[in-house]
Amino acid sequence: MFQYISKRLFQTLLVLFGISLITFILLQVVPGDPVELMLEKRADAQTIARVRHELGLDVSLPQQYLNFLKGAIHLDFGKSYFTKEVVITALVRCFMVTVKLASMSFLFAVVLGVACGMAAAINRGKWIDSVLMTISIVGVSAPSFWIAIILQIIFGLKLDLLPISGFEGPVFFILPSIALGTRYAGSIARITRTSMLDVIKQDYIRTARAKGVKEGLVIMKHALKNAMIPIITLVGTELGNMLTGSMLIERVFSIPGIGKLAVDSMSNRDLPLLEGTVMYIAFVFVIVNLLVDISYAFIDPRIRYGKGAN
Amino acid sequence: MKILSIFTKQKKFEEQLLNGEMEYSSYYKDSFKRLKKNKAALFCLGVILFLVLLALFAPVVSPYDPTYQDYASVLAPPSSKHLLGADEYGRDILSRLIYGTRVSLSIGILAQILASVIGITLGAIAGYFGGAVDTLISRIMEIFAAFPDLLFAMAIMTFMGQGLQNLFIALGLLTWVRTARLIRGSVMQLKEKEYVEASKASGGTSFRIITKHLIPNCLSTVIVLVTLGIPNAIMYEASLSFLGLGIQPPTPSWGNMISSAQSFISFLPVYSIVPGIAIMVTVVAFNIFGDGLRDALDPKLRA
Repeated sequence: MFQYISKRLFQTLLVLFGISLITFILLQVVPGDPVELMLEKRADAQTIARVRHELGLDVSLPQQYLNFLKGAIHLDFGKSYFTKEVVITALVRCFMVTVKLASMSFLFAVVLGVACGMAAAINRGKWIDSVLMTISIVGVSAPSFWIAIILQIIFGLKLDLLPISGFEGPVFFILPSIALGTRYAGSIARITRTSMLDVIKQDYIRTARAKGVKEGLVIMKHALKNAMIPIITLVGTELGNMLTGSMLIERVFSIPGIGKLAVDSMSNRDLPLLEGTVMYIAFVFVIVNLLVDISYAFIDPRIRYGKGAN
Repeated sequence: MKILSIFTKQKKFEEQLLNGEMEYSSYYKDSFKRLKKNKAALFCLGVILFLVLLALFAPVVSPYDPTYQDYASVLAPPSSKHLLGADEYGRDILSRLIYGTRVSLSIGILAQILASVIGITLGAIAGYFGGAVDTLISRIMEIFAAFPDLLFAMAIMTFMGQGLQNLFIALGLLTWVRTARLIRGSVMQLKEKEYVEASKASGGTSFRIITKHLIPNCLSTVIVLVTLGIPNAIMYEASLSFLGLGIQPPTPSWGNMISSAQSFISFLPVYSIVPGIAIMVTVVAFNIFGDGLRDALDPKLRA
C-alpha cells in the first residue's frame, strides 16, 4: 500500500512538473509583448526596461522558468497586471465559490444518477428503463451551457421562480448546480445501470434471492454495494471535470468563480493571473485524481497489485 | 460413430461451399451484418448522413446567405420569411444553423483525424519498441491526460490565436492520448503473434511490421474511437466558441450562436434553443452510432 501510494505521488510530481513546463512554454508564445500591452504603448524605452526588470522578464528563458517554478512552489505567482491583486488571494477567493458550485452539482448528479440508473436496471426492458435511458443520453449530449440557458428561460423568465444570475445566496445555487450536474447525472445513470445489470446476473444474488432475502434488501445490500466500483471510478474522474466544466456555467450565470477568472485572464492577457489560474486548476485536478486513485486502492485491493503495479 | 458424424458434417460443409450455397464471410462483412441488426444505430447513421449532406449543400439548402444582414427584420420572430427568426443583425437563423453544421462536422472530423495520426504513431511506437521509448511516451501521455481538457483547449486557443486551423490543432492535441493508449495496448498484445514473428523471420523491418501488420489489425479500434471522438470534439468546439475562444462571428457556429443569443433570451428564446438542439441531435447521433459500431466491430471495447 505504502509502495503504491509513494509511486503514485512520484508520478503526480512528475506530471505537475510537466504541466508547469507546458504552461511556461505556452506563455512564451503568446502573441504580443506583455509589458507593452500592460503599459499600453505610452511608455518610453527606459520605463519599459525598468518594468521588464521588475517583472523578471530581462533574464534568460531557462532562468525565467526556474524563477517561475520557485514562485509556483511557494504559491507566489506575483500580482495581476491589471487589478494589482496578489494572484494567490484572487485564486483562493474565486476557488471557494467554484467549490461550492461544484459540490452542489456533484451531490445532485450522484443522487439523481444513481437513483435513475438503479430504477432503470431493476425495470430492465420495461418502459421506465427506456424513458430513463433516453433522458440520460439527452442529458449527456446536451451542452451544459445550453441547459443553463434553457433553465434560465423556463425558471427565471417564464415562471419567474429563481434568479438567473449572481451568486448571493443558496437560491442562486439551484439553477447553476442543475445545469452543471445534468451531464454527469446522465453518465452516472448509464454506468450505474450497466454495472447493476452485471452484478444482478451473479450467482450470489440468485443465492440471496433463493434464501428468501427481500428484493429491496437484495438490491440495496448485495447488488448496489458490489456495483459501486465502476460508479466510483466514473464519479472520481468526473469530479475533476466538474471543476473545470464549471467555467461555462459560471459564464452563463456570471458567477465569480475560478472559471470566470480563467476566462477573464485569458481575454485580458493577464499573464501572472493566467499562469496562476492554469497551474492552480491543473494542480487541483491532478490532486483530486490522485486522491481518487488512492481511495480505490483502499476499496478494491485488486487495484494495488494488478493495475497499480503496471 | 461420433468421429464418423464429424466427417459427414465436414463433407457436407465442403459440398455446400463448392456449390456456392454457403460463403466465407470476412470480419468486416460479419460486423456489417451485426450492425444492420441494430436499428437505433442505423437510424443514427441516417441522421449523420443527413447532416453531412446538409453541410455539403449548405449554399443550396439555406434560404439566405448566413452573413446577409437584413436590418428590417432585426430579432424578428419566426415567420414565413425567416422560419426560425432572425438574429440581432437581421441574419437568418435557419441559414446560420445550416452553415453551422459545416463548421461543427468539419472540426469534429478533422480534429479526430489529427488525433488519430498522432495517437496511432506514438501509440504504435511505444507499444512496439517498449523500454525507454515506451516510458518516455507514456509519461508524455500522462501529462497530457492530467491537464484538464477544457482548460487545455482554452489555453492553446489563447496562445495560438483564434481561427479554424488552430481549433483543429487544439482539439486534436486534446484527444490523441486516448487513441495512443488503446493502440499501445493492442500493439503490445499483437506483437507477440506468430505472423509478426514470421514477418521478422522473413526479414521485415520494424517499419514494415508496424505499418503492414500491426496498425491494420488495430483499424477497428481506430474506427470506433474516431466515431466516438467526433461528438466530443463537436462539444468542445461549441464550448470554446461559446466562451469566445473558438469560431469568431460572423462565421456561424452553433457555439457562438448560443453565446450571442444569450443577451436576447427574453425577446427571442428560439434563437438560444435551436443551436443547442442541433448540437444535441448531432452528438446523440454520433454517440449511438459509435456505440453500435463498437458492439459490431469490437465487442471487447465495451466498457
